[in-house]
Amino acid sequence: MTEKILYLGAEAEIRLSEYMGKKVVQKQRVHKAYRIKEIDHQLISYRTKEEAKLISAARSHGVSVPLLYDVDLTKGCITMEYLKGNRVKDMLNGLKESERRRICLKIGESIARLHDHDLIHGDLTTSNMIYWNDRIYFIDFGLGSQNIEVEAKGVDLHVLMEAFESTHSKYPRCFEVVLEGYTKHLQGDASGVVEKIKEIVQRGRYR
Amino acid sequence: MICLGIEGTAHSIGVGVIKNVKGACQVLSNRIKTYQPEKGGIHPREAANHHALHIASLLSDSVQAAGVDFAEIDLVSFSQGPGLGPCLRTAATAARALALSLEKPLIGVNHCVAHLEIGRGTVKGCKDPVLLYVSGANTQVIAFAEGKYRVFGETLDVGIGNCLDKFGRELGLGFPCGPKIEEFAAKGTEYLALPYSIKGMDLAFSGILTAAEAYVQQGKRLEDVCYSLQETTFAMLTEVTERAMAHTEKQEVLLGGGVASNKRLREMVQTMAKDRGARFFVPSRDVCVDNGAMIAWLGFLMYQSGVRMKLEDSLINQRFRTDMVEVCWRD
Repeated sequence: MTEKILYLGAEAEIRLSEYMGKKVVQKQRVHKAYRIKEIDHQLISYRTKEEAKLISAARSHGVSVPLLYDVDLTKGCITMEYLKGNRVKDMLNGLKESERRRICLKIGESIARLHDHDLIHGDLTTSNMIYWNDRIYFIDFGLGSQNIEVEAKGVDLHVLMEAFESTHSKYPRCFEVVLEGYTKHLQGDASGVVEKIKEIVQRGRYR
Repeated sequence: MICLGIEGTAHSIGVGVIKNVKGACQVLSNRIKTYQPEKGGIHPREAANHHALHIASLLSDSVQAAGVDFAEIDLVSFSQGPGLGPCLRTAATAARALALSLEKPLIGVNHCVAHLEIGRGTVKGCKDPVLLYVSGANTQVIAFAEGKYRVFGETLDVGIGNCLDKFGRELGLGFPCGPKIEEFAAKGTEYLALPYSIKGMDLAFSGILTAAEAYVQQGKRLEDVCYSLQETTFAMLTEVTERAMAHTEKQEVLLGGGVASNKRLREMVQTMAKDRGARFFVPSRDVCVDNGAMIAWLGFLMYQSGVRMKLEDSLINQRFRTDMVEVCWRD
């Protein structure tokens, strides 16, 4: 079996591999020499488990995520479906205005579906979204959690807002459009979440 | 060009004189006086009184130590923000008075950006770093992207230095407590589990602080609590820095701010950099802490790229965010 490293992330290696004859992606969390063993082991096993749980929960609620094939907690490795398509980070800036708007609305709709089931992604950035088959697939739930609180949903979107500011600063309206899609599709109290985002911004230093 | 910079955002008042040598910063002098509260943390008005008391002698000492004459100074710059209002106003007032009396241009600069630029200006090989800026008030992960220094991650509540100080204050360790906590931590042997709080690339310390204080009340060994506090918060800092490096695809990491003096933090960030094949930089201590030379250097960079500031625009800004600065001196 030949393995190829697709991406070297901050906490994991993303490898292209094969599993029962299928082309798959393996997310292997790596040990970090900078932190003590106690923290390292705890983080790797906890995040691997949480991530797998969240991916399957998201899937069961109709959110597009890669299919899980295997989870190995001792190794800290998740084997999942290989998604073709492009990272939203790489494609968004190059789109026509109307198409960019359509994609952003779709992002908002997909996040709403996550949040309606109290699933918090934890690291919503456009690098963690893959556009394929006209759907937004979420990957990397490594910092995710299940949480019913408005605060958690607000923080989740605030992370995305910051990602848009730093990576897509040429198109400052993107995040508003995401919120528009979110508000339209969220069954819960969207205005509460939007207010919470404002509050979180104000809480930041020097705001 | 010779530039004099006045720093006064928090507990330190500093005057530095720098000279541009082929695009690198040569520090001619860099004098700092630090306010020591009798008890508790920084009292803004008393810190400002301290600064007002020392600024005049610091100015003449620093200029003399630089081996220049006041008349040779081409530019005066000062920390315009962010920081404590009374302290900022004291430093700004001194800077305005000096610029007016010397009839030289005046430039107000962003303190956080100055921490990054002094790294690029004084550390050989440091060109396009991700800065982990760790001080009492500030905890930010900053990198250059799309024309500005952008904050990729930052604390959602208190700065790491403030977190350590608050913890130390409970124990009566005096201010600042970082060095003492570091000593205790070096003797720690048992890791006590603490919350690990990262949200995207942002961090939160207040919950960890509460949990660490609870361990102290339970009578756990102080050495172990300090050890666990450092290991947890520094692992978080290192992790978000690495995340920012992966995200921005940058190959350099720079430390800045007072907490960068901590040896364990340096070791952790250095290990992280080595493991990802990146370069690790930390400026010498005198330009790593709050200081006038970094303010002078950023003033020079801005002036050289065409920035001019009218006197009436030199009002301080306590909430001067890193990403409000148009970075016109870099491509």
